Amino acid sequence: MGKIDDATIENVSILAKLFLTEEEKEKAREEMQKMLDYVETLMELDTDGVNPETHIFGSENVFREDEVTNTDQREAMLSNAPKQKEGQYQVPKTIG
Amino acid sequence: MKQYETIIGLEVHVELATKTKIFCGCSTEFGGAPNTHTCPVCTGMPGSLPVLNKKVVEFAIAAGLAANCKIHQFCRFDRKNYFYPDNPQNYQISQLYLPICYDGWLEIETSAGKKKIRIHEMHMEEDAGKLIHDEWEDCSLVDYNRSGVPLIEIVSEPDMRSAEEVIAYLEKLRLMMQYLGVSDCKLQEGSMRADVNLSVREMGTEKLGTRTEMKNLNSFKAIARAIEGERERQIELLEEGRTVDQETRRWDDNKEYSYAMRSKEDAKDYRYFPDPDLLPVHISDAWMEEIKSRQPELRDEKKARYMAEYGLSEYDAHVLTESRALAELYERTALLCGNPKKAANWFMGEVLRLMKEHGMDAEQVSFEPKYLADLMKAQEKGEVSPQNAKKVFERVFLDNTEPLSYLEEHGMKIVEDTKLLEDTVSRILEANPGPLSELRGGKDKVLGFFVGMVMKEMRGKANPAAVRACIQKLVNQK
Repeated sequence: MGKIDDATIENVSILAKLFLTEEEKEKAREEMQKMLDYVETLMELDTDGVNPETHIFGSENVFREDEVTNTDQREAMLSNAPKQKEGQYQVPKTIG
Repeated sequence: MKQYETIIGLEVHVELATKTKIFCGCSTEFGGAPNTHTCPVCTGMPGSLPVLNKKVVEFAIAAGLAANCKIHQFCRFDRKNYFYPDNPQNYQISQLYLPICYDGWLEIETSAGKKKIRIHEMHMEEDAGKLIHDEWEDCSLVDYNRSGVPLIEIVSEPDMRSAEEVIAYLEKLRLMMQYLGVSDCKLQEGSMRADVNLSVREMGTEKLGTRTEMKNLNSFKAIARAIEGERERQIELLEEGRTVDQETRRWDDNKEYSYAMRSKEDAKDYRYFPDPDLLPVHISDAWMEEIKSRQPELRDEKKARYMAEYGLSEYDAHVLTESRALAELYERTALLCGNPKKAANWFMGEVLRLMKEHGMDAEQVSFEPKYLADLMKAQEKGEVSPQNAKKVFERVFLDNTEPLSYLEEHGMKIVEDTKLLEDTVSRILEANPGPLSELRGGKDKVLGFFVGMVMKEMRGKANPAAVRACIQKLVNQK
């Protein structure tokens, strides 16, 4: 599994859009290392011949029919937004 | 200078023609006021649960089968994590590990002949919202009406070598989706979007060069120009001894240049993992067979049938099948009038001419095929002259006017009034002694002149063959 180094913490915080102080980075490094070590323990299990499990319910094929069931609920939706303008969510300038 | 080869692979996003979004019962209708088609699911509210639209799975299977793909009969959804305001969940629900369709191919045809383009996979995913920039407050505004609209992404292998091949492939895909009724695939409206992955390598070498991905291509012309532009840019870099960076570039069609957007993330940066909110999809053999049995006739089959069964030329069959809507209209007319070749002539001539004149797509043409068939039969029976038939058809085409009563009401129906015809012919012969003597002297061309004069005089209400016979009869008598 390997070690969590400063470069990994740097990369992960960029991906998570987090700006960490030096102390926070150190704390995060320690905690992530513990997680990896735990995975290391799990790796000792022999899982040959066991299919990857993604759901524990054992059910499948839960579908909706293609019928419109929702009506306009814009006001209710927008009431959750910190800022809105002309029926839209207002966010910091983003270019993309 | 060295010779270079262009290597192109495409990622094409196609918006599915479902009534509702992929994971909620919100409408997918285009052009609603901002955020009026949203709910807690498609705006990523905590605690909301997505439920898969069955139609999306069926459309994806139909598209996969048509593109000769294998189907993952056990498939599921994964989360692709990234932060961007157009994506309120902070992850897009997509498929990475088990895409619904894989390992397919489509055959394209270019001036160089036929070629197979391999399809790596097709997967289901959700669309993102729309961001617009607000100049007044220097902020961005988000509309989530498109968020959660179902897409299938079709990923090709890097098998294309030129813009011509790329456009042939896109046309093939577009027609396939349109015939399946899976998507209308309009580039301008964004229901079909193509990202171009392009690299260059020296002719004769094996190793692929570093590729870039170009976005923001919304017309076939823009795609062709972007391919040329990016090929030149990469060759220039290599010739200067520099390297191509793997990155995403945005094509600016006005400036005919692409700009670096961001360095390309690796798949691992998206931290994909199976979505625990959605249960796996199991596609039984019976379900697959059912979808297979519902597959409509696709373009290539239809074209071949028009040639074999209707005796159309390859060109006519090609043009008439370029849109499913046009092909359907043609076919219904052909069956109703009982003369597929004549019907093809009407479509290749008048229908296409009027569409062009009025700037209409085939989807906007809505005349009743029976009306055209009736008109064709009336012409066959000599009840209307070819010129008047064309005039009346214009009314049929534009306003769906019932043609036979229109002919009656506007006195355009040919009258079998021998007396009136003979009087008119007689009068016109007498009024034109010069041409008359030429006609007597054996100048057959003058006959056409007289037929035209008589038809004009009778405002098209005479049968040209009868007019001709009458002239010949009277000339010999006089």
